[in-house]
Amino acid sequence: MTASGASLSRFIGPDGLAVAALPDFARDAAELVRLYRAMLLTRAFDEKAVALQRTGRLGTFAVSLGQEAVSVGVAAGMRAEDVFLPSFREQGGQLWRGVTPLELFLYWGGDERGSDFKGPRQDFPICIPVGSHPPHAVGVAMAFKLRREPRVAVCVLGDGATSKGDFAEAINMAGVWNAPAVFVVNNNRWAISVPLARQTAARSLAQKAVAAGIPGEQVDGNDVVAVRATVERAVERARGGGGPSLVEALTYRLGDHTTADDASRYRDDAEVSPHWAEEPVLRLRRHLTATGAWDRAREEQAIAAAAAAVNADADRYLATPAQPRETIFDFTYAAMPADLDAQRRAALGGA
Amino acid sequence: MEELNLVQAVNRALARAMADDPSVVVLGEDVGRDGGVFRATDGLWTRFGDERVIDTPLAEAAIAGVAVGMAAQGLRPVAEIQFTGFIYPPIDQLVNHASRLRTRTRGRLACPMVLRAPCGGGIHAPEHHSESPEAMLAQIPGLRVVLPSSPARAYGLLLAAIRDPDPVVFLEPTRLYRALREPVDDNGEALPLDRCFVLREGKDITLVTWGATVVETLAAAELLAGEGIAAGVIDVATLHPLDQETIVAAVRRTGRCVIAHEAPLSGGWGAEIAARLAEHAFASLLAPIQRVAGYDTVMPLPRLEAHYLPSTQRIAAAARRAMGFA
Ligand SMILES: Cc1ncc(C[n+]2csc(CCOP(=O)(O)OP(=O)(O)O)c2C)c(N)n1
Ligand SMILES: [Mg+2]
Repeated sequence: MTASGASLSRFIGPDGLAVAALPDFARDAAELVRLYRAMLLTRAFDEKAVALQRTGRLGTFAVSLGQEAVSVGVAAGMRAEDVFLPSFREQGGQLWRGVTPLELFLYWGGDERGSDFKGPRQDFPICIPVGSHPPHAVGVAMAFKLRREPRVAVCVLGDGATSKGDFAEAINMAGVWNAPAVFVVNNNRWAISVPLARQTAARSLAQKAVAAGIPGEQVDGNDVVAVRATVERAVERARGGGGPSLVEALTYRLGDHTTADDASRYRDDAEVSPHWAEEPVLRLRRHLTATGAWDRAREEQAIAAAAAAVNADADRYLATPAQPRETIFDFTYAAMPADLDAQRRAALGGA
Repeated sequence: MEELNLVQAVNRALARAMADDPSVVVLGEDVGRDGGVFRATDGLWTRFGDERVIDTPLAEAAIAGVAVGMAAQGLRPVAEIQFTGFIYPPIDQLVNHASRLRTRTRGRLACPMVLRAPCGGGIHAPEHHSESPEAMLAQIPGLRVVLPSSPARAYGLLLAAIRDPDPVVFLEPTRLYRALREPVDDNGEALPLDRCFVLREGKDITLVTWGATVVETLAAAELLAGEGIAAGVIDVATLHPLDQETIVAAVRRTGRCVIAHEAPLSGGWGAEIAARLAEHAFASLLAPIQRVAGYDTVMPLPRLEAHYLPSTQRIAAAARRAMGFA
């Protein structure tokens, strides 16, 4: 039990050593390497996105530096047929589920085609209005329930998002209806400049589940094994009719809020630097190295492979021409209303 | 006199209002130590302290609702919604409470609050950060809606909004935040909340606009001048309640009118203005009123937004169409 009263689940400590008997999937070195590579890919994607933004070739972008284990771990705890409802900092989970770096570059580059995922067709697009998507997860879950489909809706939101009414309304409703939905709070301790202590007087975010009458638990969000195991358990419980739950993953936002933010205005290095010792990529690398599953050569090869995958899609993105301007109109309705078509024709006529 | 851009002018007006009146408080997400994501509240937290410059949790509906409570108590809250894309939950508070507290209580309670929010497109912002919802706000009875288009007008209108006894939504065009500077006298003088600004006189046609589109409209007027067409430009910075008189008087003189705005065409505030002109300037009209607006579509993401926003060319073309009627 932690000070907050909820139990914190952790399998691998910051030094890379196991602190508890590992779950089955984590006894398979190949599976751990898969999770590790997914975190490296996320980091490589973030680095490239920032580089493109800094050179004027991408819009504002939210890096997930230090939070890769939450994003990847959540997605790894789901099945392909489940539905993912991400916030704007969950590229790690999106990539795991088959959204391509190209699609993510397009989206953040200001092109709607980036939300037309070729892989996970039923996953929701990135949610920008903070905390407005938990109710969607309840709706998705109720559709599964109505059709007797053994599927689960998984919504990831930030610590700041838990202050929104929509979040409280959604977990309450999910509880009443026993909806097969899992809500994961990616608690990176900051909402732009607002630290958690100014976001809530609650001792934990997991305890917000108590009032909704659903289970709530905390997990070490820098331990990808713990995130995956916890989310998998929550998702399988929901799938089996055991109802919704809330998972609070404790991590830390090592970077600026977005490329438009300068975090040095509101927090100093002394606040941030201790968290570098906790970060998830280093932690799993230590673990893999200690167990003999990893070495320098493999590390170099894996980093190069991640960068190559990201760079190839960045090149494709940069070579993708903008959509024709009539597409501004074309997806407004299933069928083009005559009234809108008149505007469309006038626009194309240059009028 | 100091040269300020629009966001600096907003900052000066806030500082001035806070210095003059201890009942003025600022609240919103990241408005404190960070000084606001656009820096509109920069320096206020240091100067006035965290009791009057309040960083809120992430909860827009409550930010607006808290402002209602403060205002009913006689404080003068200036609440910031970080982008107009997040103003929709507060609309509940505006419609059901802020705008009708005076009416409901027959004047016993009032709601002298200001809700500030950056608005509009053209800065290549992420999804949901570029919309122009002024018409849906301007339709709320009991609310004032203001949308300045220059640093000096932003300064004077924000002071007026804060001092006004009724709730005001104050929209700030992000595209103009840093686009231009002009001398702003930080003298504490407010501008009237119910007058249009005539930015340019012209006897042939009247161009009516507001917000960031003022820039393209002035450019269109310049272009038209080169073609021998004298176009006047009116900035309707105080959208609601509307200064019908100035607009009607101008169109009665010219007989021709183009209305330009970023928000979608149908039900946009241009429709209201066109209806007023049809009612009150009908006999003077020499051509159908032309509207140039955003389309009735979702605001496109940055790669296509330039095709959506009313351009100088589209505004000038509409004016030429109006001039073509004999
Ligand atoms: C409803 C809403 N309000 C404000 C914003 C502006 N904004 C974007 S991210 C953010 C902070 C979000 O904090 P949190 O939920 O903790 O997620 P994090 O950014 O830490 O991933 C804010 C205020 C927004 N996008 N949506
Ligand atoms: Mg956060």
